[in-house]
Amino acid sequence: MSPNFVIPRFRLPAFIARVGHKLPQWPHTLALVGALNAALKLRLLPESELAALEDKLFRVRILDTGGEASYTFRNGLFRPVFQAQREPDLAFAANLSAYLQLLARQEDPDTLFFNRELEITGDTELGLIVKNMLDAVEWPALPQLPLPGR
Amino acid sequence: MFLMPTLPDLVCPAGSLPALKAAVDNGADAVYLGFKNDTNARNFAGLNFDQKGMSEGIRYAHGKGREVLLAINTFPQAGRTDDWRKAVDAAVDLGVDAIILADVGLLDYATRRHPQQRLHLSVQGSATSYEAINFCQREFNIRRAVLPRVLTLAQVEHVIRNTSVEIEVFGFGSLCVMNEGRCWLSSYACGESPNTVGACSPAKYVKWDKQPGAMETRLNGILIDRFGDDEPAGYPTLCKGRFDVQGETYYALEEPTSLNVLSILPDILKIGVRAIKVEGRQRSPTYVTQVTRTLRAALDALREGDARYHVKPAWQSELAKVSEGSQATLGAYNRPWR
Repeated sequence: MSPNFVIPRFRLPAFIARVGHKLPQWPHTLALVGALNAALKLRLLPESELAALEDKLFRVRILDTGGEASYTFRNGLFRPVFQAQREPDLAFAANLSAYLQLLARQEDPDTLFFNRELEITGDTELGLIVKNMLDAVEWPALPQLPLPGR
Repeated sequence: MFLMPTLPDLVCPAGSLPALKAAVDNGADAVYLGFKNDTNARNFAGLNFDQKGMSEGIRYAHGKGREVLLAINTFPQAGRTDDWRKAVDAAVDLGVDAIILADVGLLDYATRRHPQQRLHLSVQGSATSYEAINFCQREFNIRRAVLPRVLTLAQVEHVIRNTSVEIEVFGFGSLCVMNEGRCWLSSYACGESPNTVGACSPAKYVKWDKQPGAMETRLNGILIDRFGDDEPAGYPTLCKGRFDVQGETYYALEEPTSLNVLSILPDILKIGVRAIKVEGRQRSPTYVTQVTRTLRAALDALREGDARYHVKPAWQSELAKVSEGSQATLGAYNRPWR
Protein backbone atom coordinates (compact mmCIF):
# COMPACT_ATOMS: atom_id res chain seq x y z
CA MET A 1 0.00 0.00 0.00
CA SER A 2 1.31 3.44 -0.86
CA PRO A 3 2.35 5.34 2.28
CA ASN A 4 0.32 8.27 1.03
CA PHE A 5 -2.89 6.34 0.80
CA VAL A 6 -5.26 7.42 3.54
CA ILE A 7 -8.38 5.53 4.51
CA PRO A 8 -11.08 8.16 5.06
CA ARG A 9 -13.64 7.98 7.82
CA PHE A 10 -16.85 6.91 6.16
CA ARG A 11 -20.16 5.30 6.94
CA LEU A 12 -21.91 3.09 4.43
CA PRO A 13 -25.55 3.91 3.62
CA ALA A 14 -28.06 2.46 6.07
CA PHE A 15 -29.71 0.13 3.54
CA ILE A 16 -26.51 -1.91 3.29
CA ALA A 17 -26.74 -2.87 6.94
CA ARG A 18 -30.43 -3.69 6.54
CA VAL A 19 -29.61 -6.05 3.67
CA GLY A 20 -26.40 -7.26 5.32
CA HIS A 21 -28.24 -8.48 8.39
CA LYS A 22 -30.24 -10.86 6.23
CA LEU A 23 -27.25 -12.29 4.36
CA PRO A 24 -25.45 -15.39 5.57
CA GLN A 25 -22.72 -14.55 8.05
CA TRP A 26 -20.50 -17.57 7.39
CA PRO A 27 -18.39 -16.24 4.47
CA HIS A 28 -16.78 -13.36 6.39
CA THR A 29 -16.61 -15.43 9.58
CA LEU A 30 -14.57 -18.05 7.72
CA ALA A 31 -12.45 -15.33 6.13
CA LEU A 32 -11.68 -13.73 9.50
CA VAL A 33 -10.91 -17.04 11.20
CA GLY A 34 -8.76 -18.05 8.24
CA ALA A 35 -6.79 -14.81 8.49
CA LEU A 36 -6.27 -15.26 12.23
CA ASN A 37 -5.06 -18.83 11.74
CA ALA A 38 -2.71 -17.67 8.99
CA ALA A 39 -1.25 -15.15 11.44
CA LEU A 40 -0.85 -17.98 13.95
CA LYS A 41 0.93 -20.11 11.38
CA LEU A 42 3.34 -17.28 10.60
CA ARG A 43 3.99 -17.05 14.37
CA LEU A 44 2.95 -13.39 14.33
CA LEU A 45 0.88 -13.70 17.50
CA PRO A 46 2.85 -13.91 20.74
CA GLU A 47 2.52 -17.43 22.13
CA SER A 48 2.82 -16.23 25.71
CA GLU A 49 -0.50 -14.39 25.43
CA LEU A 50 -2.49 -16.94 23.46
CA ALA A 51 -3.35 -19.04 26.52
CA ALA A 52 -5.55 -16.17 27.74
CA LEU A 53 -7.78 -16.61 24.68
CA GLU A 54 -8.55 -20.31 25.24
CA ASP A 55 -12.28 -21.06 24.98
CA LYS A 56 -13.22 -17.38 24.99
CA LEU A 57 -16.05 -16.30 22.72
CA PHE A 58 -15.33 -13.28 20.53
CA ARG A 59 -17.73 -11.28 18.39
CA VAL A 60 -16.75 -8.72 15.76
CA ARG A 61 -19.65 -6.64 14.48
CA ILE A 62 -19.41 -4.30 11.52
CA LEU A 63 -22.21 -1.84 12.11
CA ASP A 64 -22.60 -0.31 8.68
CA THR A 65 -22.43 -3.57 6.70
CA GLY A 66 -24.61 -5.54 9.08
CA GLY A 67 -21.89 -8.18 9.17
CA GLU A 68 -21.01 -10.11 12.27
CA ALA A 69 -18.53 -12.88 13.06
CA SER A 70 -18.22 -14.98 16.19
CA TYR A 71 -15.26 -17.20 16.87
CA THR A 72 -13.32 -18.86 19.62
CA PHE A 73 -9.77 -20.09 20.22
CA ARG A 74 -9.34 -23.74 21.15
CA ASN A 75 -6.40 -26.15 21.06
CA GLY A 76 -4.15 -23.79 19.17
CA LEU A 77 -6.60 -22.73 16.46
CA PHE A 78 -9.20 -20.04 15.93
CA ARG A 79 -12.57 -21.65 15.16
CA PRO A 80 -15.78 -20.13 13.82
CA VAL A 81 -18.88 -20.18 16.00
CA PHE A 82 -22.01 -20.00 13.88
CA GLN A 83 -24.70 -20.10 16.49
CA ALA A 84 -23.38 -18.60 19.67
CA GLN A 85 -25.25 -19.93 22.67
CA ARG A 86 -24.14 -17.21 25.03
CA GLU A 87 -23.03 -13.61 25.23
CA PRO A 88 -19.48 -13.15 23.93
CA ASP A 89 -16.62 -12.70 26.41
CA LEU A 90 -15.40 -9.84 24.26
CA ALA A 91 -17.28 -7.90 21.60
CA PHE A 92 -16.11 -5.25 19.16
CA ALA A 93 -18.49 -3.03 17.22
CA ALA A 94 -17.49 -0.36 14.72
CA ASN A 95 -18.09 0.84 11.20
CA LEU A 96 -16.04 -0.72 8.41
CA SER A 97 -13.83 2.34 8.02
CA ALA A 98 -12.69 2.16 11.65
CA TYR A 99 -11.65 -1.49 11.24
CA LEU A 100 -9.78 -0.67 8.04
CA GLN A 101 -8.01 2.26 9.75
CA LEU A 102 -7.02 -0.02 12.63
CA LEU A 103 -5.71 -2.79 10.38
CA ALA A 104 -3.71 -0.34 8.28
CA ARG A 105 -2.28 1.12 11.52
CA GLN A 106 -3.61 4.47 10.44
CA GLU A 107 -5.50 5.09 13.66
CA ASP A 108 -4.84 4.08 17.24
CA PRO A 109 -7.50 1.94 18.97
CA ASP A 110 -7.57 4.25 22.02
CA THR A 111 -8.16 7.21 19.71
CA LEU A 112 -11.10 5.44 18.08
CA PHE A 113 -12.39 4.42 21.49
CA PHE A 114 -12.14 7.96 22.92
CA ASN A 115 -13.94 9.27 19.84
CA ARG A 116 -16.62 6.61 20.25
CA GLU A 117 -15.90 5.08 16.86
CA LEU A 118 -14.94 1.72 18.34
CA GLU A 119 -17.05 0.00 20.96
CA ILE A 120 -15.50 -2.67 23.17
CA THR A 121 -17.71 -4.54 25.60
CA GLY A 122 -17.29 -7.58 27.79
CA ASP A 123 -14.12 -8.64 29.60
CA THR A 124 -11.99 -5.49 29.58
CA GLU A 125 -8.76 -7.28 30.44
CA LEU A 126 -9.27 -9.73 27.60
CA GLY A 127 -9.86 -6.72 25.35
CA LEU A 128 -6.58 -5.21 26.47
CA ILE A 129 -4.72 -8.47 25.83
CA VAL A 130 -6.15 -8.68 22.30
CA LYS A 131 -5.42 -5.02 21.61
CA ASN A 132 -1.84 -5.27 22.84
CA MET A 133 -1.37 -8.55 21.00
CA LEU A 134 -2.35 -6.92 17.71
CA ASP A 135 -0.17 -3.89 18.48
CA ALA A 136 2.82 -6.14 19.08
CA VAL A 137 2.50 -7.94 15.73
CA GLU A 138 5.26 -7.11 13.32
CA TRP A 139 3.45 -7.40 10.02
CA PRO A 140 5.85 -8.77 7.42
CA ALA A 141 6.57 -6.41 4.56
CA LEU A 142 4.52 -7.39 1.55
CA PRO A 143 6.62 -9.13 -1.06
CA GLN A 144 7.54 -6.97 -4.02
CA LEU A 145 5.83 -8.55 -6.98
CA PRO A 146 7.84 -8.43 -10.18
CA LEU A 147 6.07 -6.13 -12.60
CA PRO A 148 5.33 -7.48 -16.07
CA GLY A 149 7.51 -6.12 -18.81
CA ARG A 150 10.60 -5.67 -16.70
CA MET B 1 15.23 36.05 18.16
CA PHE B 2 17.73 33.75 19.75
CA LEU B 3 19.61 30.74 18.50
CA MET B 4 18.85 27.45 20.15
CA PRO B 5 22.11 25.94 21.44
CA THR B 6 20.94 22.35 21.30
CA LEU B 7 17.49 20.91 20.98
CA PRO B 8 16.20 18.89 23.89
CA ASP B 9 15.96 15.13 23.37
CA LEU B 10 12.60 13.85 22.25
CA VAL B 11 11.80 10.89 24.52
CA CYS B 12 9.00 8.65 23.22
CA PRO B 13 7.06 5.72 24.68
CA ALA B 14 7.25 2.10 23.56
CA GLY B 15 4.92 -0.61 24.84
CA SER B 16 5.91 -3.04 22.10
CA LEU B 17 8.62 -3.65 19.55
CA PRO B 18 6.62 -2.12 16.67
CA ALA B 19 6.04 0.98 18.85
CA LEU B 20 9.77 1.21 19.59
CA LYS B 21 10.60 0.99 15.91
CA ALA B 22 7.91 3.58 15.13
CA ALA B 23 9.46 5.98 17.66
CA VAL B 24 12.98 5.50 16.28
CA ASP B 25 11.88 5.70 12.65
CA ASN B 26 9.89 8.89 13.23
CA GLY B 27 12.55 10.91 15.00
CA ALA B 28 12.70 10.07 18.70
CA ASP B 29 16.14 10.68 20.24
CA ALA B 30 15.34 8.16 22.96
CA VAL B 31 12.65 5.60 23.69
CA TYR B 32 11.53 4.51 27.12
CA LEU B 33 10.09 1.12 27.92
CA GLY B 34 9.47 -1.38 30.70
CA PHE B 35 9.65 -5.08 31.53
CA LYS B 36 6.55 -7.28 31.33
CA ASN B 37 5.91 -7.16 35.10
CA ASP B 38 4.98 -4.91 37.99
CA THR B 39 8.34 -3.15 38.15
CA ASN B 40 6.95 -0.51 35.80
CA ALA B 41 3.94 1.76 36.01
CA ARG B 42 2.32 0.56 32.78
CA ASN B 43 1.95 -3.05 33.82
CA PHE B 44 -0.98 -3.90 31.54
CA ALA B 45 -1.85 -7.30 30.10
CA GLY B 46 -0.02 -8.01 26.86
CA LEU B 47 2.09 -4.87 27.02
CA ASN B 48 5.84 -4.31 27.42
CA PHE B 49 9.00 -6.30 26.75
CA ASP B 50 10.47 -9.65 27.68
CA GLN B 51 14.27 -9.88 27.64
CA LYS B 52 14.38 -11.15 24.06
CA GLY B 53 12.15 -8.37 22.76
CA MET B 54 14.10 -5.81 24.72
CA SER B 55 17.44 -7.02 23.35
CA GLU B 56 16.08 -6.70 19.86
CA GLY B 57 14.67 -3.26 20.61
CA ILE B 58 17.93 -2.04 22.07
CA ARG B 59 19.82 -3.37 19.05
CA TYR B 60 17.43 -1.56 16.73
CA ALA B 61 17.60 1.77 18.58
CA HIS B 62 21.37 1.68 19.07
CA GLY B 63 21.82 0.72 15.43
CA LYS B 64 20.24 4.05 14.55
CA GLY B 65 22.08 6.00 17.20
CA ARG B 66 19.16 6.42 19.62
CA GLU B 67 19.03 5.86 23.35
CA VAL B 68 16.96 3.34 25.29
CA LEU B 69 15.73 4.31 28.76
CA LEU B 70 14.22 1.63 30.96
CA ALA B 71 11.55 2.54 33.50
CA ILE B 72 11.61 0.63 36.80
CA ASN B 73 9.34 3.19 38.33
CA THR B 74 7.07 1.38 40.78
CA PHE B 75 7.84 0.91 44.45
CA PRO B 76 9.27 -2.42 45.68
CA GLN B 77 6.59 -4.25 47.65
CA ALA B 78 7.14 -5.73 51.06
CA GLY B 79 8.93 -9.08 50.91
CA ARG B 80 9.61 -8.76 47.18
CA THR B 81 12.41 -6.18 46.99
CA ASP B 82 14.56 -8.75 45.18
CA ASP B 83 12.28 -8.64 42.13
CA TRP B 84 13.01 -4.93 41.71
CA ARG B 85 16.74 -5.36 42.29
CA LYS B 86 16.85 -8.15 39.72
CA ALA B 87 15.10 -5.87 37.26
CA VAL B 88 17.85 -3.27 37.81
CA ASP B 89 20.55 -5.92 37.30
CA ALA B 90 18.83 -7.18 34.16
CA ALA B 91 18.61 -3.66 32.78
CA VAL B 92 22.35 -3.15 33.31
CA ASP B 93 23.11 -6.50 31.63
CA LEU B 94 20.95 -5.58 28.66
CA GLY B 95 22.94 -2.39 28.20
CA VAL B 96 20.22 0.25 28.44
CA ASP B 97 21.47 3.84 28.33
CA ALA B 98 19.70 4.81 31.52
CA ILE B 99 17.38 3.36 34.15
CA ILE B 100 14.48 5.51 35.30
CA LEU B 101 13.88 4.89 39.01
CA ALA B 102 11.43 6.29 41.56
CA ASP B 103 12.16 4.54 44.85
CA VAL B 104 15.05 5.91 46.92
CA GLY B 105 15.90 2.45 48.26
CA LEU B 106 16.23 1.15 44.74
CA LEU B 107 18.21 4.22 43.67
CA ASP B 108 20.58 3.49 46.52
CA TYR B 109 20.92 -0.16 45.43
CA ALA B 110 21.47 0.79 41.79
CA THR B 111 24.15 3.40 42.44
CA ARG B 112 26.10 1.16 44.84
CA ARG B 113 25.83 -2.02 42.78
CA HIS B 114 26.24 -0.39 39.37
CA PRO B 115 28.12 2.88 39.89
CA GLN B 116 28.72 3.30 36.16
CA GLN B 117 25.06 2.99 35.22
CA ARG B 118 23.31 6.20 34.25
CA LEU B 119 20.28 6.79 36.49
CA HIS B 120 17.28 9.08 35.98
CA LEU B 121 14.81 10.08 38.66
CA SER B 122 11.32 9.08 37.50
CA VAL B 123 8.35 11.41 37.55
CA GLN B 124 7.00 8.85 40.04
CA GLY B 125 9.79 9.97 42.38
CA SER B 126 7.68 13.10 42.80
CA ALA B 127 10.58 15.55 43.09
CA THR B 128 9.23 19.03 42.42
CA SER B 129 11.98 21.13 44.06
CA TYR B 130 15.65 21.55 43.25
CA GLU B 131 16.46 20.57 46.84
CA ALA B 132 14.88 17.14 46.30
CA ILE B 133 16.66 16.75 42.97
CA ASN B 134 20.05 17.85 44.33
CA PHE B 135 19.59 15.42 47.20
CA CYS B 136 19.15 12.57 44.71
CA GLN B 137 22.19 13.77 42.80
CA ARG B 138 24.33 13.87 45.93
CA GLU B 139 23.14 10.52 47.27
CA PHE B 140 22.46 8.50 44.14
CA ASN B 141 24.32 10.36 41.40
CA ILE B 142 21.23 10.83 39.23
CA ARG B 143 21.95 12.56 35.94
CA ARG B 144 18.42 13.52 35.04
CA ALA B 145 15.10 14.15 36.75
CA VAL B 146 11.67 13.99 35.16
CA LEU B 147 9.48 16.71 36.65
CA PRO B 148 5.91 16.01 37.74
CA ARG B 149 3.29 17.84 35.73
CA VAL B 150 2.37 20.24 38.52
CA LEU B 151 4.88 23.05 38.01
CA THR B 152 4.42 26.31 36.14
CA LEU B 153 6.98 27.18 33.49
CA ALA B 154 8.51 29.74 35.88
CA GLN B 155 8.86 27.06 38.54
CA VAL B 156 10.51 24.68 36.06
CA GLU B 157 12.97 27.44 35.20
CA HIS B 158 13.67 28.02 38.89
CA VAL B 159 14.51 24.33 39.32
CA ILE B 160 16.80 24.34 36.26
CA ARG B 161 18.71 27.40 37.51
CA ASN B 162 19.45 25.71 40.81
CA THR B 163 20.63 22.28 39.75
CA SER B 164 23.17 20.72 37.44
CA VAL B 165 20.93 17.66 36.99
CA GLU B 166 19.37 17.50 33.52
CA ILE B 167 15.67 18.29 33.57
CA GLU B 168 13.09 16.39 31.53
CA VAL B 169 9.49 17.60 31.25
CA PHE B 170 6.34 16.23 29.68
CA GLY B 171 5.42 17.58 26.27
CA PHE B 172 2.39 15.57 25.28
CA GLY B 173 -0.01 12.97 26.61
CA SER B 174 -2.95 12.16 28.79
CA LEU B 175 -3.19 14.07 32.03
CA CYS B 176 -4.48 12.66 35.29
CA VAL B 177 -4.70 14.15 38.74
CA MET B 178 -0.87 14.28 38.60
CA ASN B 179 -0.13 13.30 42.15
CA GLU B 180 2.61 11.17 40.67
CA GLY B 181 4.18 8.58 42.90
CA ARG B 182 1.74 9.43 45.67
CA CYS B 183 -1.62 8.62 44.11
CA TRP B 184 -3.72 5.93 45.76
CA LEU B 185 -7.09 6.80 44.22
CA SER B 186 -7.19 3.58 42.21
CA SER B 187 -6.50 1.56 45.38
CA TYR B 188 -9.46 3.26 47.00
CA ALA B 189 -11.74 1.61 44.43
CA CYS B 190 -10.02 -1.72 43.78
CA GLY B 191 -7.07 -2.17 46.13
CA GLU B 192 -4.49 -1.74 43.37
CA SER B 193 -2.70 1.37 42.14
CA PRO B 194 0.27 2.39 39.95
CA ASN B 195 2.68 2.46 42.87
CA THR B 196 1.81 -1.05 44.04
CA VAL B 197 0.96 -3.23 41.02
CA GLY B 198 2.08 -0.85 38.30
CA ALA B 199 -1.36 -0.07 36.93
CA CYS B 200 -3.98 2.57 37.58
CA SER B 201 -7.48 1.10 37.26
CA PRO B 202 -6.30 -2.39 36.25
CA ALA B 203 -8.40 -3.70 33.36
CA LYS B 204 -9.78 -6.67 35.29
CA TYR B 205 -11.76 -4.21 37.45
CA VAL B 206 -13.05 -2.14 34.54
CA LYS B 207 -16.43 -2.71 32.96
CA TRP B 208 -17.75 -0.78 29.97
CA ASP B 209 -21.48 -1.20 30.08
CA LYS B 210 -23.42 -0.30 26.96
CA GLN B 211 -26.90 0.97 27.71
CA PRO B 212 -29.39 2.42 25.24
CA GLY B 213 -28.13 5.95 24.54
CA ALA B 214 -25.23 5.80 26.98
CA MET B 215 -22.17 3.89 28.08
CA GLU B 216 -21.39 3.42 31.74
CA THR B 217 -17.89 2.94 33.10
CA ARG B 218 -17.50 1.00 36.30
CA LEU B 219 -14.37 0.39 38.32
CA ASN B 220 -14.81 -2.59 40.62
CA GLY B 221 -18.55 -1.98 40.48
CA ILE B 222 -18.32 1.73 41.30
CA LEU B 223 -19.95 3.89 38.66
CA ILE B 224 -17.34 6.47 37.65
CA ASP B 225 -18.82 7.93 34.48
CA ARG B 226 -21.65 7.76 31.97
CA PHE B 227 -21.13 8.92 28.39
CA GLY B 228 -23.87 9.87 25.96
CA ASP B 229 -23.53 8.35 22.48
CA ASP B 230 -21.86 11.44 21.04
CA GLU B 231 -19.69 12.28 24.05
CA PRO B 232 -15.98 11.54 23.92
CA ALA B 233 -14.82 8.85 26.33
CA GLY B 234 -11.75 8.81 28.58
CA TYR B 235 -9.66 6.34 30.51
CA PRO B 236 -11.54 4.62 33.34
CA THR B 237 -9.66 6.29 36.17
CA LEU B 238 -11.27 7.65 39.32
CA CYS B 239 -9.67 11.07 38.93
CA LYS B 240 -11.45 11.51 35.59
CA GLY B 241 -14.83 10.33 36.80
CA ARG B 242 -17.93 12.47 37.10
CA PHE B 243 -19.36 12.52 40.57
CA ASP B 244 -22.38 13.83 42.35
CA VAL B 245 -21.08 16.54 44.66
CA GLN B 246 -23.71 18.40 46.64
CA GLY B 247 -26.36 17.77 44.04
CA GLU B 248 -24.22 18.60 41.01
CA THR B 249 -22.69 15.95 38.76
CA TYR B 250 -19.40 17.00 37.18
CA TYR B 251 -15.69 16.20 36.82
CA ALA B 252 -14.98 16.91 40.45
CA LEU B 253 -11.25 16.12 40.25
CA GLU B 254 -10.01 16.33 36.68
CA GLU B 255 -11.46 16.43 33.17
CA PRO B 256 -10.18 13.94 30.60
CA THR B 257 -7.63 16.06 28.75
CA SER B 258 -4.23 15.84 27.16
CA LEU B 259 -1.22 18.02 27.71
CA ASN B 260 0.09 19.68 24.55
CA VAL B 261 3.03 22.11 24.76
CA LEU B 262 3.43 22.98 21.07
CA SER B 263 2.44 26.60 21.68
CA ILE B 264 5.05 27.13 24.41
CA LEU B 265 7.79 24.96 22.93
CA PRO B 266 10.15 27.94 22.36
CA ASP B 267 9.82 28.92 26.05
CA ILE B 268 10.52 25.36 27.15
CA LEU B 269 13.70 25.37 25.09
CA LYS B 270 14.75 28.82 26.28
CA ILE B 271 14.79 27.84 29.94
CA GLY B 272 17.14 24.95 29.26
CA VAL B 273 15.00 21.83 29.41
CA ARG B 274 17.19 18.87 28.42
CA ALA B 275 14.50 16.42 27.29
CA ILE B 276 10.83 16.38 26.36
CA LYS B 277 8.80 13.31 27.14
CA VAL B 278 5.74 11.91 25.44
CA GLU B 279 3.29 9.94 27.59
CA GLY B 280 1.65 6.74 26.35
CA ARG B 281 3.38 3.38 26.64
CA GLN B 282 -0.13 1.89 26.72
CA ARG B 283 -0.89 3.29 23.25
CA SER B 284 -0.40 1.64 19.88
CA PRO B 285 2.46 2.02 17.38
CA THR B 286 0.13 4.26 15.39
CA TYR B 287 -0.11 6.80 18.22
CA VAL B 288 3.67 6.70 18.69
CA THR B 289 4.15 7.37 14.98
CA GLN B 290 1.69 10.27 14.94
CA VAL B 291 2.95 12.02 18.06
CA THR B 292 6.67 11.44 17.47
CA ARG B 293 6.46 12.69 13.90
CA THR B 294 4.59 15.82 14.97
CA LEU B 295 6.86 16.78 17.88
CA ARG B 296 9.94 16.03 15.76
CA ALA B 297 8.68 18.46 13.12
CA ALA B 298 7.98 21.13 15.75
CA LEU B 299 11.40 20.73 17.39
CA ASP B 300 13.17 20.77 14.03
CA ALA B 301 11.35 23.97 13.18
CA LEU B 302 13.12 25.54 16.17
CA ARG B 303 16.58 24.54 14.99
CA GLU B 304 17.05 27.93 13.38
CA GLY B 305 15.72 29.87 16.35
CA ASP B 306 12.22 30.85 17.33
CA ALA B 307 11.68 33.98 15.23
CA ARG B 308 9.63 32.20 12.62
CA TYR B 309 8.23 29.43 14.80
CA HIS B 310 4.54 29.01 14.60
CA VAL B 311 2.37 26.04 15.44
CA LYS B 312 1.14 24.53 12.20
CA PRO B 313 -2.57 23.65 12.11
CA ALA B 314 -1.64 20.20 10.78
CA TRP B 315 0.41 19.52 13.93
CA GLN B 316 -2.43 20.60 16.18
CA SER B 317 -5.02 18.54 14.38
CA GLU B 318 -2.79 15.45 14.42
CA LEU B 319 -2.29 15.78 18.19
CA ALA B 320 -5.90 16.77 18.88
CA LYS B 321 -7.07 13.60 17.14
CA VAL B 322 -5.17 11.25 19.44
CA SER B 323 -5.91 13.22 22.62
CA GLU B 324 -7.91 11.76 25.44
CA GLY B 325 -11.13 13.69 25.81
CA SER B 326 -10.21 15.36 22.51
CA GLN B 327 -9.12 18.49 24.30
CA ALA B 328 -5.64 19.75 24.96
CA THR B 329 -4.32 22.06 27.64
CA LEU B 330 -1.03 23.53 28.78
CA GLY B 331 -1.64 21.87 32.13
CA ALA B 332 0.17 23.53 35.01
CA TYR B 333 2.74 25.25 32.77
CA ASN B 334 0.67 28.43 32.41
CA ARG B 335 -1.35 28.24 35.60
CA PRO B 336 -1.66 31.62 37.31
CA TRP B 337 -1.61 30.21 40.86
CA ARG B 338 1.11 28.16 42.53
